[in-house]
Order: sequence, then structure tokens, then C-alpha cells
Amino acid sequence: MALPKYTEPHYRVWHYFYLFICGCVFFFLIAPLFVIFPLSFNAEEFLVFSEGMKRLDPDAFSLRWYKDMIYGTKNPWGLAAKNSFIIALFATLGSVILGTVAALGLSSRHMPYKGIIMAALISPMIVPLIISGVAIFFFMAKVGLAATHTGIVLAHIILGTPFVVITVTATLSGFDHSVTRAASSLGSDPVNTFMKITLPLILPGVISGGLFAFVTSFDEVVVVLFLAGLDNTTIPIQMWTGLREQLSPTILAVATCLIVLSTLILVTAELLRRRSERIRGINR
Amino acid sequence: MSSETQKILTTDGIPLEVSLKKAEKKNKIKAFLLVCPLLLFLIITYVFPIGDMLYRSVDDRMVTNMLPKTYKAMEQWDGKDLPEEEVFEAFYLDYKKLVEEKTFGKLATQLNFEKNGFKSILKKLKRKMKKFEEGNYKEQIMGVHKRWANVEYWRALKRRAPSYTYAKYLKGIDMYENEDGNIVQVPEDRRIHKILWLRTLEVALFVTIFCFLMAYPIAHLLATLPMKYSNLLMICVLLPFWTSLLVRTASWMILLQQQGIVNDFFVMIGLVSDDNRPEMMYNKTGTYVAMTQILLPFMVLPLYSVMKTISPSLMRAGKSLGGTPFIAFWKVYFPLTIPGIGAGCLLVFILAIGYYITPALVGGASGTLISNQIAFHMKSTLDWSFASAMGLMLLAGVLAIYWVYNKLVGVDNIKLG
Repeated sequence: MALPKYTEPHYRVWHYFYLFICGCVFFFLIAPLFVIFPLSFNAEEFLVFSEGMKRLDPDAFSLRWYKDMIYGTKNPWGLAAKNSFIIALFATLGSVILGTVAALGLSSRHMPYKGIIMAALISPMIVPLIISGVAIFFFMAKVGLAATHTGIVLAHIILGTPFVVITVTATLSGFDHSVTRAASSLGSDPVNTFMKITLPLILPGVISGGLFAFVTSFDEVVVVLFLAGLDNTTIPIQMWTGLREQLSPTILAVATCLIVLSTLILVTAELLRRRSERIRGINR
Repeated sequence: MSSETQKILTTDGIPLEVSLKKAEKKNKIKAFLLVCPLLLFLIITYVFPIGDMLYRSVDDRMVTNMLPKTYKAMEQWDGKDLPEEEVFEAFYLDYKKLVEEKTFGKLATQLNFEKNGFKSILKKLKRKMKKFEEGNYKEQIMGVHKRWANVEYWRALKRRAPSYTYAKYLKGIDMYENEDGNIVQVPEDRRIHKILWLRTLEVALFVTIFCFLMAYPIAHLLATLPMKYSNLLMICVLLPFWTSLLVRTASWMILLQQQGIVNDFFVMIGLVSDDNRPEMMYNKTGTYVAMTQILLPFMVLPLYSVMKTISPSLMRAGKSLGGTPFIAFWKVYFPLTIPGIGAGCLLVFILAIGYYITPALVGGASGTLISNQIAFHMKSTLDWSFASAMGLMLLAGVLAIYWVYNKLVGVDNIKLG
């Protein structure tokens, strides 16, 4: 963003000041994430940069905390990771199926009471998590699903569907309905039309909604705190407990892994978004 | 020939109008059936439980059902002086039954919510009751502990008589119904909830303002830079957005600790002395800093999507018509971004007002919010009806804001990155 040559000096100053401010804000956004990387390789037990680390002494760095994360006897990270992945997987599956089907109905122009139903469907996203947590806990306790995987999966489906509904309806907003009509007129039944025509076209939206649902479930801690028993511990619960009791470098090792995971998800989501825009013919 | 022009028939011989209406209805039902599974699922597992919360928050039949004889005997009691012998006798009989059923603990907990000190005198009564002789229960109960001879405790007992109560809502705003039936504030030193509500509002408001002030310039930069640079910078916004909340909170806990990097930096530039490092975590400062960074992407993204649609030629037109860049910005660009500002601010405000994890971890005692109080009552005191009442009060606030949001931008316009 180069300034034109005729820019007056005080606007020039203002412009650089503006860029400086922007730089500071970007730094504020991204820098905290990078503190975790080096500290997770700390050879010592403290959460500060040791003298050795400041001199980049190789002895000051180690994989000790990663080993502790994987092999540590007292660390329940293995179980937590397993639970987290299982729960997130099923919750994503449930959210994607329910959400996509609902989005198909919602984006039909024949849908009655569209506004109010849309508001109801995305309400779990608007209602503060603590309230959702309390309400879902009461329900699960009543039907005997508290402290079970099923209960947590159901809770995460509730929290994940709004994202799927929103992304899929957005994808469907640019959808050319004449292609499905063409398929029907050529003798295809609705299910076949959906699988062969509609789904491939809206797939980017479905997957990116699924990613949102996955991340929501994988990171979710408030509702799980109410629902989980000892056998259903997840990564967020373990982190929460660890952060409350004592901040150990093992947590930072886990956090580093999570940042790597979220980077992968970000790249996937970004690629999907572009693909979806290309399919829908939105070129920017 | 004339009949064909009057009524157009389909190939089946049905009038077209009827056939179209039928098809329309069929489509409506089809669309609705597609939405049905999710709608039913959410109604059963989500909407209904929130209704259940409402019921729990006003339901007070537990105590009523536990002391049926007492409340029957109390009907004649005017509440001025100590009740008569028959109330004491009825209470003795009810309580004896509860002790036999081993459910007296629940009563003790419930009554202790109503008036502190009930738990201990009920326990004492339970121990001494075994040696009670028949008759004259008033004397015997009053002999157990002097509080049993205090009319306040009997009034507190009577206040729990109705099956439904709004007392939990009053408690949520530090009020209660006193002995005379007037709604009054609790003593000044015990008004904790009012402080929490105000603090929640204050934190949500300031976090929204900070987010807006920081997000506006960078959203503008992202929207005006050429694609190849802005995509790169967008990662700085999207990576935190996709990263676990707990990871981001953990990084702030490391940064803000007393031996942390921020404090190191302050010492290095000579802002504070090494032996007098300020406490930046476990107080409101920590809550502000961490929440602002965590919620910032939610402000940047709606602002960006609105700014992206504003043509740069509008600013040039403003300038060429004689406005200075500042005037052109203020009169042309800024008004066009107002929908984005509204969306971002309300989104951040709604999220901030119900925040739980970050304040609980970095907030300490002076930085906790109303959500933490709800969780505390859910997990520690087990006063679930009070937690429900406070949750619903918070929900009412959020729904009011959501309603405004809907009026301003419409829920369909929520964009996710």
C-alpha cells in the first residue's frame, strides 16, 4: 500500500502511524501462540526462558515434556486424546448429517416460518455456553446419560449443528436449483439426485461446517465439565485441570500439538472456502 | 373450445390452479420434513431442558413436601410470636419421619439457603430427639438450642411453605422478601451478586470497546491490501480463531505471570523495578487482556466482510470533492461500515457476557464474572435452582441483545470467516 508521491507530510506520518498500530495489533493477536513453542521444549521444569535458552544452548532444550506427555505414567493424556477424538468424530458426524439435512429444508423457498426456525436452530450458538451446559446437564442427568460418551456426543451435536446449518445454507444460497430439476426430469429419484448432484456441489460447505463442528467438540470444555465423569475425560478437561492446579510444561507440549492441529484445520478450511467460492462462481 | 380458455387443465384433467396449490403444499411439507429431525432433536435435548431450568428455578415443592404437617399447622400462625405447641409437635413428627427416611440432610441444606445456621441446629435436634418424651414438644425443642426459640427461624421456615417461589430471582439481584413480606435489599456487605452483574457488564462492555478499537484498523488494512498480502495477514486473525481457547488462555498465563515475559519486558525498559513486579494475572487486568485477544477475531471477521464490499473509489470521490482524507473517511467510509460494527460489537458483547473459562483461570477473585458464580452454585453449593435462576436472568439479557442484533443485521448475515 504505497502512498502516492503527492501525499502531504502529516498524512504520511499518520499513515505510518496507522501501519504501526496495525502491526502492534497483529503482534498482539499472534505472538501469544508462539510463546508456547519454545517453552514446551524447555529442559527445565519452569515456565520461564532459562539463561541457556536465551543463549540458544542446545542442552537447554529437550523433548522431555513430549516424552512425559506420551509415556508419563501419571498423565492421562492418552485416554483423554482417545476420548476427545472419538467424541469429536461422532459429534461431527451427527452434526453434519442433521445440519445438512436441515439446511436443505431451510434453503428451500417453500419453507414456512423460515426466520423463527432458523433462529431456533442456531440458538445453541447464541446462548452462553454456561447456560447450555446447565440445561444439557439437567437433561442428561434425567435420562441417565450423564458421565457417558453418548451424553457428551449428543451435547456436542447440539453445539455443533448451528455451524453446519450456517455454512451449508450459505453454500446453498448460490446453488442453482435448475440442476436438480434437470436430474429429476431425467428420471433420477430425490435420493440419487442428492447423492450425485447436490452433495458434490455443496461438499465444500458441508466439510467446512464439519470442521467447525469438529473443532467445537474438540475444544469444548464448559459443557463437558458438567457432563464428564472420570472415564470420559477429554483433552480440554485435562488442560483445564492442569491449568487450575499447576501449569506444567507437559501442558505446553500438549498445547503445541493442538496449535499444529489447528494450523492444519485452518489450512483445510481456507482451501475449502476458496474451492466453494470458485464452485459458486464468486470470484474476488 | 370455450371451456379450455376458462379453465386450464393438466394432463390428468385436474384444474391447473388446484394442481399447483397441491404441489406447493407438497413442497412445503417436504421442506419442513427435512428440518424436522434437527428441530425435534433440539427441542427435546435443548429447548425443553431450558424450560426445565425455568421450572427448577421457581419450583419449591421439596421443602413443602417434606414438612406437610408443619405447614398445615402453620396455616393459623400469624408469624408475630413463636408458634404454638401444635406447630412444634407437627414439626417434630415431620422431622422424625425425615430422620427415619434419612432424607433430613436435604432439608437442612435447603433451610440453610434460607437462613444461615439452620443446618447446625437441625443436626443438634436430630441427636437430642432420641431422648424426647411425649408431649410438650415446644419446651423440648427450644431446649435443644437457643435458636429454636428465635422466632426468625420459624418465620424462615414458613417462607418456604409455598410450592413456587421467585425468591431465587430476588437473591440473584441481592434482594429478599423480609418478615413483613416486603422486598428489600440484603445488607450492604452481602451484596455480592449486584457487584458481579455490574462487573460482568463492565468487562463485556470494555472488552467490546477494546476489540473494536483494535479490530477496526486491521480489518481496514486487510480489506484494502492486495490479496497476496492480506491472505498472509489473515492467518494472524484466523489461527487464533481456530486455536483452542485453553491453549490461548495458557499462553496468557505464561506471559502475564510475575516472572513472565511481559513483566521481564517492563523491567527491561525500566517501567517497573525488578523487585516490584506488578501482579497482572488473577485480577481484572488478566481478564481484560486475555479476553480481548481471544475475542478479537470475532470482531475482525464481520468488519472485514463489510469493508471488503466498500469500493475504494468512494473514498477517492470523497477526497476529489474537496474533503480531506479524514473528512472523507468520517463522512463516507465510516457510515458504510456501521453494519459490520454492529455485528461485531454485538457478537463480542454476547460472547463476553457469558464467558466462563478465561475469567475462571486468569481472573482470580476480582476478575470472575456471573458465569463463574453459576458454575460455582452448580458444582460446589449444589443450589441448582439458584444456578438456574441466575442462568435464566443472564439468558434474558442475552436474548434481548440478540433481538437487537437481529433487528440490526439479521441472523442470516452471520459470517464465519
